[in-house]
Formats: sequence, structure tokens, C-alpha cells
Amino acid sequence: MNCLAVYTLWKRELRHFYRDRARIIGALAPPIVFWFLIGSGLGKSFQMPGAAGGAGFLQYFFSGTLVLIVLFTSVFSTISIIEDRREGFLQSVLVAPIPRLSLVLGKIMGASTVGFLQGLCFLILAPAAGLRAAPGDYAVTLAALALCSLGLTGIGFCIAWKLDSTQGFHAVMNLFLIPMWMLSGALFPAATAPAWLRLIIRLNPVSYAVCALQQALSPGAFRPMASLKLCLLVLVLFAAAVCAASCWIAREAE
Amino acid sequence: MERLGQEIKLTPAISVSRLSHTYPAKNKRPARRALRDVSLEVAPGETFGLLGPNGGGKSTLFKILSTFFKPSPGLVQVLGLDAAHDAAQIRPRIGVVFQNPSLDAKLTVSENMTHQGHLYGLRGKLLLQRIASMLERYGLSDRRDEPTGTLSGGLRRRVELAKGLLHDPELILLDEPSTGLDPGARRDLWDHLRELKSSRRITLLLTTHLMEDAENCDRLLLINEGKTAASGSPRELKARIGGDVIAIESANPLELQKAIKERFDIEPALVDGSLRIERERGHAFIPQLVESFPGLIKSVNLSQPTLEDVFVHVTGLGVRL
Repeated sequence: MNCLAVYTLWKRELRHFYRDRARIIGALAPPIVFWFLIGSGLGKSFQMPGAAGGAGFLQYFFSGTLVLIVLFTSVFSTISIIEDRREGFLQSVLVAPIPRLSLVLGKIMGASTVGFLQGLCFLILAPAAGLRAAPGDYAVTLAALALCSLGLTGIGFCIAWKLDSTQGFHAVMNLFLIPMWMLSGALFPAATAPAWLRLIIRLNPVSYAVCALQQALSPGAFRPMASLKLCLLVLVLFAAAVCAASCWIAREAE
Repeated sequence: MERLGQEIKLTPAISVSRLSHTYPAKNKRPARRALRDVSLEVAPGETFGLLGPNGGGKSTLFKILSTFFKPSPGLVQVLGLDAAHDAAQIRPRIGVVFQNPSLDAKLTVSENMTHQGHLYGLRGKLLLQRIASMLERYGLSDRRDEPTGTLSGGLRRRVELAKGLLHDPELILLDEPSTGLDPGARRDLWDHLRELKSSRRITLLLTTHLMEDAENCDRLLLINEGKTAASGSPRELKARIGGDVIAIESANPLELQKAIKERFDIEPALVDGSLRIERERGHAFIPQLVESFPGLIKSVNLSQPTLEDVFVHVTGLGVRL
């Protein structure tokens, strides 16, 4: 592995992040609007099972929104791979004397750092949303957020590398990524869902990100699907698996 | 001693032997053979051109030489190293300038250069010095903090060139370097390439469909439909025509073509709507021609053969400029 190459590719993603205001807003604004509108609209009429201390839908939906922001950001970051490879910066990276592993790690780490930072921007609203978490809980939140960014960016990378059109990516996103988010306990809890949906939610790695964030941000407010330890373990395995898959998919043909 | 001197041969900068390349079938598109049995050799220090129409196979060959694609079947050696197995050793020693922009439009000139330097293992003071001297050499110093997306096409190509040369490669590969540049920017690019050749011993390989670029090369390989159509220096290639080129404009070129064939027993080539005849002592033939078909000829032009004529001669195709 070539650390200088990983560093430079990581830094390039960050440069894009703070230079491209439209992208920051594009990934941040829609989820916040969804959160506020859906959260406020359903807030009073929706009784959370196991909700304690008057926690409502705005609080419940906060973690799901955080994951949605990370998902949008990772999609925006990895979608560039498709165009970049044919016409753009990535061409010169592909003929540079660096191992393919450095390219994959630089891109994934850069894009997931951006996802993490975007998540932080939303996390600032947590106290205003009525979430009362202790400093220690925020540490867990950050860890879960980082792992979730890494995992979703890895999935984005695997999809983008194999596709040759951005339209194709949008199709995959609507058909696969958005449902993956919807069926993660982000919108509704597994507990009230029919058995077949419950099974899907349990098998979906994104559910464990939502579950971990909910437990960290609103401790004891909602009945969790799994323990915090299990959630974090699943997230670590998920992130490792998709990063390994990205390296494998982007390996140089023999 | 003299014989011994002749036998010592420098390792060619590029050596390609019987290379073919097939793009596999994908999404109902059938497999396409882009290269068939192409061989070539480029000597160190040479400026070598791959000339051919778009879609003729030169970009595929470029991608193989720049280690973007793996060669198979066939043997490709770049700087004496096998491109199929030693890509990692080849890459630090070559500079690649793509036809499609490889600059990050959102980043400034110097940021683009910095990322490139890092990818080639350059860092710290050495990198800063290299970048400063490259920008100076290519007249880009006052643009260093501008995003490359805001530069003109000519300036962007100059940044691409500076970027490709940052790590001091022995061989530089340029894909269609003049395409999309206005005549002024094209001249400027060639001035820079010539200056580069005179300041250090560097081998240059470029692909082009522009005769102007081809004239600037020491040797050329004409490539069409994936096959070698001809090779040699521009002068050698032009000598192949053995005579002058007569171009005839007519309101009815097909009728004129037939009439000339019947009357003189020669077959003029129809290229882009005008007729072409290659003939020794062309000036003596023109009066006969004009007198024979008074109403059919709009204009006649006599010229020494150009590379475009050579191209038409060997491929039967017109090259659109």
C-alpha cells in the first residue's frame, strides 16, 4: 500500500467537500426537510411502541435521518467514479504507479469522511430536537456514524465501479439503496412491522446503524432491536466486508 | 569494430509485436476486434505518430501502451519491460497525457499538480520545486491558484502536459494532443513539445488524426480498421505516391469519374466529393483532362503529395480534418 497516494486521494475528496457548496446542501437539506415535515406530521398521531418519557416521532426519526444524510453523501461521492474513470481525474490515477488498494482506500476513506462530516452538521441539531444524550453517548454516536459512513460508501463504490452510466446508478439507488434505508427501522420500528418485514430489517446491516444511533442518542427511549454491542459488532463486520469487496471488485485484471 | 558498432542496438523505447485486441461482447453489442496483428518499434528519442481515423484502433493501442489495458495476444515492451507483467515498473517511467481531460476541474492548477506529484511519490520541498519549475516553463505561474475548470482549452492542455511531465518520465504518450485546440494553441503545444525534445532526451509517442501533427513526427504508423496500413517517415510515405496529386471538383463527380475511366483508363478516387488522381507529370495531364470534359469540371488543383494523400492512397478513405 502507498500511504502518500491514499492521503492525496482522501484529501481530494475533502477539497471537493468544502468547495462544492451545492453538494453539501444537496445531501443535507432534503433529509432535514423530510425529518422535519414527516417528523412533525406524524409526531402526534404516531404512538411509538416502547417509547418512554414522551419521546415522539421527531426523536425516533432523527437517527434514520442521520443515516439518510450519510447515504446521500456517500452516493454523491462515489457516483463520480463512473464519469471520472472515462473522462477525468481517475484516468491518471489508474496509470499512476500506485497499487489499486491505495486507490480504493483513498476514495472510500475520503468519501466516508465527507459523509461523517455531513452527519456531524445534522448532529448539532440533536439538543434542539429534544435528544438528551450524555457526552459518553456522543462518543458512541460518532463511532456508529463513522462505521455507517464507511459501510455505505463501500456499497456505493462497489456499485459505481461496475456501472458505466450515472443513470444506472440512480436506478440502483432507487431500487436498492433507498429501500435498504426504508427497511432499516429508520422510518418505522421493527417491532410493529409484519413478520416478513421484521426478518428483512433484521438481515439489513443498515438497521444496526439506525439501532446503534437510537440507543446512543436517546438512551432508553425506544425498545432496541439488538444490544448496542451487537449493533457495533455488525457495523464493524459490515464496513470490513464492503471495503474488502470494493478492493476485490476494483482489482487489476490479470 | 565498425560491425560491432552496428550490432550494438539501443533497447527500443517501445516494441510491439503482433498485437491484437478484442473488446468483449457486452449488452447485445457483439465483440469487436480493435487491433489485428500490429507491430511497431519506436527508438529512444524519437517522435512517433500513430495516425488514423477515429475508431481505427489507435486509441486502443494507446491504452495498451499506457498500461491502461493489458496486451493479449501479442508482445508489448515499453522501455524494455513487458507491459503484460511489469506494468508497475513501467508506470513511474512514463508520462501519459489523455485526450479526455484528466484534470480535476474543481481544483486549482497547483492542487492538480500536487495530487499528481503525490501519486508519483514526490513530496515536500522537491515536489514544490518541481511544480514551480513546471509552471514556470509552461507559462502557468500566474494561473496556479485558478481552478482548472475556468481555464481555456489551450491552457488546460498545457497543464495536462506539465502534469504528465512532473515526474520526469523517459517516455511520454499523448493521445490526440491537438484535438479541440485552435491553431494558435496547437502551435503553442508543438513549440512546447519541441522545446522539451531539445532540452532532454525524451521519447514521444502520440496518436492523431490531424495531418499537421503527423508532419511533426519523425516516423509514423498509419493505422486503419485495426491494421497497419503503412509506416515510415513522412517523407518516405509521401514518396510512395510517386508523382503529383490532381484534385478535381465537379458538379457531378460520379459521372466524371466514369468518363475519366473510359477515356484514360485510370480510376480516380472519389474522396469527400472530389476526385483524386495520382500521376507523374501531373501538369502535363491537366490540359488533356480539362479539354476532354469541358462542362464537367469546376476546378482542378495540382499539388505535391501530402500525408493526407498518402492516407487516401493506402486506405481509400478520406480523412476529415
